[in-house]
This record gives sequence, C-alpha cells and structure tokens, in this order.
Amino acid sequence: MTLLTTVFAAIISTVLWYKRAPDNSMRLGTLSLIYWGASLMWLGDAIFEYAELQAEYFTPAAGDMLNDFYLGLSVVALGLIAWLVALLLQDPRRVLKTTLLKKT
Amino acid sequence: MACFLVPTAEAIVVTAVKHSCKKRESASVSKMDISPGVLQSSQRISFSQKLGWLTNMLWGGSLLLAFEHVWHGEVTPWFPFLTAAANPEDTVAMLHEMSTIGVSMALLVTLAWAGMVLVSNAMEKRAAEPSAAVK
Repeated sequence: MTLLTTVFAAIISTVLWYKRAPDNSMRLGTLSLIYWGASLMWLGDAIFEYAELQAEYFTPAAGDMLNDFYLGLSVVALGLIAWLVALLLQDPRRVLKTTLLKKT
Repeated sequence: MACFLVPTAEAIVVTAVKHSCKKRESASVSKMDISPGVLQSSQRISFSQKLGWLTNMLWGGSLLLAFEHVWHGEVTPWFPFLTAAANPEDTVAMLHEMSTIGVSMALLVTLAWAGMVLVSNAMEKRAAEPSAAVK
C-alpha cells in the first residue's frame, strides 16, 4: 500500500511537471524524482517480499493495509516538505529574496 | 532493517561526482569558443544535470525510506541508531538485507536513471541531426 501510494504521488507530480514544462520555476521535476526514487526502492523491497510470501503478498490483513496506507500518506507529506524546503532554499522565482529585502 | 543505507551511500558518492563534473564543465565553458555552431552544442543537457536526476532520486528515496524505518522502530534517535545493531544475530540479518535488498534498490534506481540518460541522449542526437544536414 505504501508503494502504491508513492507511485500515485509520482504519477500525479510527473503529470503536473509535464503540464508546466518547460517552465521549471516550481521545481516540479525534483518532486517527481523524489517520489520515483522512493517508488523504485519500494518496488525492490516488494520483489523480495513477493519472492518470500508468493500469493499471500497480495492479500494483506485489513489492519496492515490501513497502517501501510497511513504510512504512505505520511511519506507523501514528507516528500512534499522536502521539496518545499528545496524550493525555498533555491528560490528560483526570487520571491523570498524580494519579500525579505522589501522595505516596510 | 537498514537497506536504505546502501542508496544513501551511493547518493553521497554521486553528489561528490556531480560537483566535480559541474566544476569541470564550468571551467570548460569559460574556455569555449562562442561561435554559432558551438552554441548549439551548449544547449544540450550537461552530464552534471543528468547526474542531478540520479541524486534527486537517491536522496529523495533514501529520505522517505529512512522515515519508513523510523515508523517501524528500526531506526532510533539514540546510539546505536539501528535497533538491529544492538545484538550480533540481528546485525548479521541486517547486513544480509543490506547486501540483497539494499543493493537491489540502488541498482533499480541507477538502471532507471541510465534509461533516462539513454533516451535523453537519443533525443539530443535526433534534434542535432537536421542542423548537421543543413551544414
């Protein structure tokens, strides 16, 4: 469920990046790469888990699924926070610089 | 247990390589001849930029995976930070997991990046072909 949640986040962020391309001022490419990286890593983990559990892998207990979905949502939120921090640090649209240096 | 440490180690190495590539590229750009033909080649995506795709995937994935390990209580904020490092039996299992799952994760991400670079290189080559034919 965590893998599935992250894959959906990766697809949505990639569609948003594609829609805005070639404008990269929001660094949406970075966001999609963060989620694709995590998705691929969880895919690697899932392959090993499938090799161990076989068909049982696809029938998780409802409680485990809910916990994994909760984890997936938390992971998506953390990815968004990481992207936001990177965006504000790079400040490609110079919004922070202009706002902070503006005389009141 | 600690499989995310393998992609993290790769991320550190690739980041260092990316910075050295960037330095070399900026040094070569300053020496470059700015004739119209050369300008076209400078519009290509630099190798350091392509390495940036890999570092974003590796750092992002490692961060999110590290969070998952904290969630499951496998990483703690106190020494030895990894619960599996507390006793030798768990340490052996952890090292085995790192050498199998961890290496596979790093390989999958690197292979996906290699695919992206190949596609991007092919697209750049195709885009450069009409201008070469005009010459």
